[in-house]
Amino acid sequence: MDAAYSAFAARIREAAEAGRALRFRGGGTKDFYGGEPTGEVFETRECAGIVSYEPSELVVTARCGTLLADLETTLARNGQMLAFEPPHFGAAATLGGCVAAGLSGPRRAAAGALRDFVLGVRIVDGRGRLLAFGGQVMKNVAGYDISRLLVGSLGTLGLIVEASLKVLPRPQAELTLQLELPEQRAIEMMNQWAGMPLPISATAWHDGLLRVRLSGAASALRSAAERLGGERLDATFADAYWAGIREQSDAFFAGDAPLWRLSLPPTAPPLSLAAEQLIEWNGSLRWCRTLAEPAMLRAAAEKASGHATLFRAGDKSAGAFAPLAPALARLHRELKSAFDPAGILNRGRLYAEL
Amino acid sequence: MGEALALKQIDAARQRAVVAALRAFLPERAVLWREEDTRPYECDGLTAYRRVPMVVALPETEEQVQRVLKTCHAADVPVVPRGAGTGLSGGALPLEDGVLLSMAKFMRMVRLDPRARIAVVQPGVPNAAISDVVAPFGLYYAPDPSSQIACSIGGNVAENSGGVHCLKYGLTVHNVLKVRGFTIEGEAVAFGSEAPDAPGYDLLALVIGSEGMLAVATEITVKLLPRPQTARVIMASFDNVETAGEAVAAVIAAGILPAGLEMMDRPATRAVEEFVHAGYDLEAAAILLCESDGTPEEVEEEIARTKAVLERAGATRTSVSRDEAERLRFWSGRKAAFPAMGRISPDYYCMDGTIPRKRLGEVLGFIAEMEKKYGLRCPNVFHAGDGNLHPLILFDANSADELRRTEQFAAEVLEKCVAVGGTITGEHGVGVEKIDQMCVQFGRAELEVFHAVKRAFDAKGLLNPGKAVPTLARCAEYRRMHVRGGKLPHPELPRF
Repeated sequence: MDAAYSAFAARIREAAEAGRALRFRGGGTKDFYGGEPTGEVFETRECAGIVSYEPSELVVTARCGTLLADLETTLARNGQMLAFEPPHFGAAATLGGCVAAGLSGPRRAAAGALRDFVLGVRIVDGRGRLLAFGGQVMKNVAGYDISRLLVGSLGTLGLIVEASLKVLPRPQAELTLQLELPEQRAIEMMNQWAGMPLPISATAWHDGLLRVRLSGAASALRSAAERLGGERLDATFADAYWAGIREQSDAFFAGDAPLWRLSLPPTAPPLSLAAEQLIEWNGSLRWCRTLAEPAMLRAAAEKASGHATLFRAGDKSAGAFAPLAPALARLHRELKSAFDPAGILNRGRLYAEL
Repeated sequence: MGEALALKQIDAARQRAVVAALRAFLPERAVLWREEDTRPYECDGLTAYRRVPMVVALPETEEQVQRVLKTCHAADVPVVPRGAGTGLSGGALPLEDGVLLSMAKFMRMVRLDPRARIAVVQPGVPNAAISDVVAPFGLYYAPDPSSQIACSIGGNVAENSGGVHCLKYGLTVHNVLKVRGFTIEGEAVAFGSEAPDAPGYDLLALVIGSEGMLAVATEITVKLLPRPQTARVIMASFDNVETAGEAVAAVIAAGILPAGLEMMDRPATRAVEEFVHAGYDLEAAAILLCESDGTPEEVEEEIARTKAVLERAGATRTSVSRDEAERLRFWSGRKAAFPAMGRISPDYYCMDGTIPRKRLGEVLGFIAEMEKKYGLRCPNVFHAGDGNLHPLILFDANSADELRRTEQFAAEVLEKCVAVGGTITGEHGVGVEKIDQMCVQFGRAELEVFHAVKRAFDAKGLLNPGKAVPTLARCAEYRRMHVRGGKLPHPELPRF
């Protein structure tokens, strides 16, 4: 399979020499995310398949075009999972796109983000060089952590051709509780519980209802459920609910109003925005549907020591991502030119100048 | 350990000029240059390497750090940052023509927010002090390197330190939210955020484990976790190390994620038992310590399942800690493994390779061969859960020949770790110690990328130069010496 990687490398090398911009595309399920993609479409789906997977090592290595759904099915057959619950946003979602986008789902606040589970990557940089960083072991501090740098870089530093991820055992049992709470009280409770040794694996608040998912040993769930109170949701309904949050198929995400993603310290007080909100991750992720001015959203997030991303919208002229401080912007430019001196990889996908 | 260091003379005129420039904004006690004052900084925890720095700077404020960096950058003086000096790879080894920037005075806990489960601390704060301070809130800071009483959080960030609970709770990179500091140019930077993420590239991940080569941290925000209600540990005996290794795989395959999973071989248990009386089974070829934590219900359930798996996997004896005192006693031997070696040997040399767990038997067999080849003993302690080996070569540093054999022994073991798909360092860092083995683990193109990343942060190459990433010329030289017949050993294997 190194042949497929080499072929990708040769194509990128040629494009770099010709100064031809490329736009990487796996399943195309996240085309909406980030800045407007430009350049010649470079398909990666053909390069698919699991390279190695040994459940007892808790590591899976797969090629970029591997369908996320196939990968998760294989893990599930062995009682394991991608603990960061990445959103697919469509059946065609690939592993490469997942790592490049760097998005995590409902379990993130409890289990960690995608970047926490990346052990190694093989990439092709903007010079067309095939490179390997990290590896397949849990602990590895040799060299700078390029693998994690690539997570969420939206293809601007290189094409991820292969990734090794840490996987975890699936919980033995899960149950979801529903509590009626106003926003402020819900934020308080989520934070209070997060500071206690409780098996909470996901939280979501919307419109006066807080849903709390518990995962772990059945006995631990029983005692935690007693402690938290509320109403226990039907298991099928609960699974569908969490899938709706993860995949943004829940009714909250329907319609055309711009969708903002505010990443905040979990204890940030309720935002005084005229926006419908859905709150996840113990209060640290706040989805907002609003037509309000981008500057207003960005200012509100910044005031709360966080940042706002214009996640889905028809008009992204305000930039999808919050602008960087000058010192960080300079480091971004320097890193971009270190990996992609010709500036041909996914230009404008992250920031206009990268 | 590598080659003997070329000793350079300190240039007295340059030293005077740098001292004068620093004294413009630092008090007299914060600028050390007389040899009797600078000598204590000649090495970190890797004492085989020593160099007396030209000047030691001990700033107390962020502004002073910024001015030290600006001054040195303007004058092209290299800067080596240093935390508590407990590092095991020589990451804080000074330069004879450089300033050693000690962060020892940055000892303040800046802000503690138990509701948001974070602590904002200065880099000189010892790792364990964080957990001590937040204990009344039922919280703790998870990474627990064995030197946690002494090692500083700033050093942990530089090295991406681990500990015995990494499989479940991660390394420093998984537990630090934000790092504030300065680039070598004295430009203020903040990586990460108190929110779950920050916009743009994950520079926080890049800076953590960068061995003080990309930026100097002046304030660190760490994530705090609720302390598990209870923890119990199983001690299991095995009559050979391979069976013990397979038992580890069986535990993981059963869907159990232990909080800690450690292995010690018989030479290691014998050495520590004499020292701390932990109650280890000295007849066993290897013992496993397997800890479960969580709610009492979870722990009881997991301990029962784990014990059954271990017994099916061939454990000859198992005992479960009955109370906290017994749990701590079981751990006491593992935690005392390094000092125990100091009792049975004048010196010991600790390795830090990580391997895929399934290759454990093969690698331990290789280490046993190396013991014969070099005529040196090598007990093994092993973070079995995450594949991180700490073989301890026993030697006498007063014998030049033993030191040389130890170095070769260690180099062969690290290269074996790479050959089986692992890495030369799991948690101690490359520093100066393993810089040659970086040439084995990475190809020329990857090393070029590391150098390009370094240049992005530090164009003049003044921040902790010569550590962690070897020059291409050095690797070419190393490969010429070590490659036989024009080929690396095992050319068929990918080099991660």
